Amino acid sequence: MSIDIQGLINPVVRDIPPSGIRKFFDIAAEMDDAISLGVGEPDFVTPWHIRDEGIYSLEKGMTYYTSNSGLKELRFELSKYMKRRFSLDYDPLTQLLITVGGSEAIDLCIRSVICNGDEVLIPEPSFVCYSPITRLAGGVPVPIVTKAENNFKLTAEELKAAITPKTRVLVLPFPNNPTGAIMNEEDLWEIAEVLRGTNIIVLSDEIYAELTYGDKKHFSIAQIPDMYERTVLVSGFSKAYAMTGWRLGYACGHPDLIKAMTKVHQFAIMSAPTTAQYAAIEALRNGDDDIEMMKNEYDMRRRVIVQGFNDMGLECFEPKGAFYAFPSIKSTGLTSNDFCERCLREKKVAVIPGTAFGQSGEGFIRCSYAYSIDSINEALSRIEAFVKTLK
Amino acid sequence: MPELSYDKKIEKVLELLHKDCRKSLEEMATMLDIPMTEVADIIDKLEKDGVIIGYGARINWDKAYSQNTVTAYIELRVTPQRNKGFDRIAERIYQFPEVKAINLMSGSYDFGITVEGKNIKEVSLFVSEHLAPMESIVGTATHFVLKRYKYDGVICCKPSKDEREVISL
Ligand SMILES: Cc1ncc(COP(=O)(O)O)c(C=O)c1O
Repeated sequence: MSIDIQGLINPVVRDIPPSGIRKFFDIAAEMDDAISLGVGEPDFVTPWHIRDEGIYSLEKGMTYYTSNSGLKELRFELSKYMKRRFSLDYDPLTQLLITVGGSEAIDLCIRSVICNGDEVLIPEPSFVCYSPITRLAGGVPVPIVTKAENNFKLTAEELKAAITPKTRVLVLPFPNNPTGAIMNEEDLWEIAEVLRGTNIIVLSDEIYAELTYGDKKHFSIAQIPDMYERTVLVSGFSKAYAMTGWRLGYACGHPDLIKAMTKVHQFAIMSAPTTAQYAAIEALRNGDDDIEMMKNEYDMRRRVIVQGFNDMGLECFEPKGAFYAFPSIKSTGLTSNDFCERCLREKKVAVIPGTAFGQSGEGFIRCSYAYSIDSINEALSRIEAFVKTLK
Repeated sequence: MPELSYDKKIEKVLELLHKDCRKSLEEMATMLDIPMTEVADIIDKLEKDGVIIGYGARINWDKAYSQNTVTAYIELRVTPQRNKGFDRIAERIYQFPEVKAINLMSGSYDFGITVEGKNIKEVSLFVSEHLAPMESIVGTATHFVLKRYKYDGVICCKPSKDEREVISL
């Protein structure tokens, strides 16, 4: 009798459903001329001067672990960056932790706070990791459905209605993947009003902060004076600097929280990749122009894709952040899943069903515009042709 | 959206056209969030003012089928003519159809010119029979292009392929 491996898998892990995103890629990967608007990472390569610093650090032999919290020089540079770009003050020695992507920072934050049935409020549709991480920590994910008619923002009423005595964490995933929604300063003051006097920590996932379009800059809930203390701001280098593969992110917050997170981090990870940290110092010092260049490029594509969907009769709310459009496909009468599956099989375009980001994504599809204008135009015309066949 | 300043609009239109001059007015208007008529007016003005002096494809001649072209970069040292400076000489040089580009340079030579021909011999003959004998030219140095890696901002020899792998996000 061989060992029953399946039976040994932690039931929490076993019950995590497979990613709804991968499925379509796997099909697309087998097709010859499939075109994709599926990928959620920048199509730019990391700017050369940043790569060059990474290479230079290797030439110099900087191949050791860094301190658990990350290179001191990087944390000092990050502290200056947070001040310069978002008017936020963080002490580099006690309030910043360098992590393996924003992903690890999210995991650390939830694991450091959540246990035994604590509730985590998760606005949906949103990035896929918050709920499984909560479950693995023994917590209970509580989705809050954001609505198209509210521009997919979290409203104060929705938040108030979801809070229970067990609520410990509110995830604020804005700018949002997949909807492209943002929360501006006034919206966040209303959220702050509800949180005041509660014992709820805000996990603010601001990985797309630098990709905020329009005349207003990104505003963080941590910029509201009495929200600063309770907010763990999570971000990273992946999206702002096109550095996904380097796996580097960070958390900023109250020294006690950062200390707790550092404890988990030191046992799980030890320290974030050293080469990436050297490259990141260069990014923070001399990368503002790169951010601007890439943002302008995304912004132009954003207008093309939104216009394209609206022109073909798929109503598309104007995304104000990140690099995703989230058009409604309700007019076609298909479910998100059927739409995506048929679109892929019949017209060879891979887009992601909204339901991959929570049940509330039903009736929508996520289309990344981290693609060249030519790919976007080609995908749009194929989707349009597909929609026409449904009439 | 904050309204772009006129100068900024010009800059953006030029950037888009430089990247891809086949882009439609409609698409440029959408990308820049300005009316199509305004894009058309801007382009008209740029053409009239001689800012845009032509539209053409960026060609990697190395890959063009059965196309034989060699390119040489030639440094010229000259003696400027009284009252006419360098312009007079430049005007005489750029009349040759073989000369594709000419720039007045700072540094150890005066003009840098790009010359194209069918083969090395043809270009060499052009230099020795037409350029070198010109009375104001005191010296030439001819460098042939062996391989083009990047041209006008575009990398020539690498196919652009989407290297992003399947990942759950
Ligand atoms: C909303 C959101 N948060 C966090 C991440 C994680 O990014 P990384 O771990 O590369 O920093 C992603 C990646 O797609 C994301 O979309």
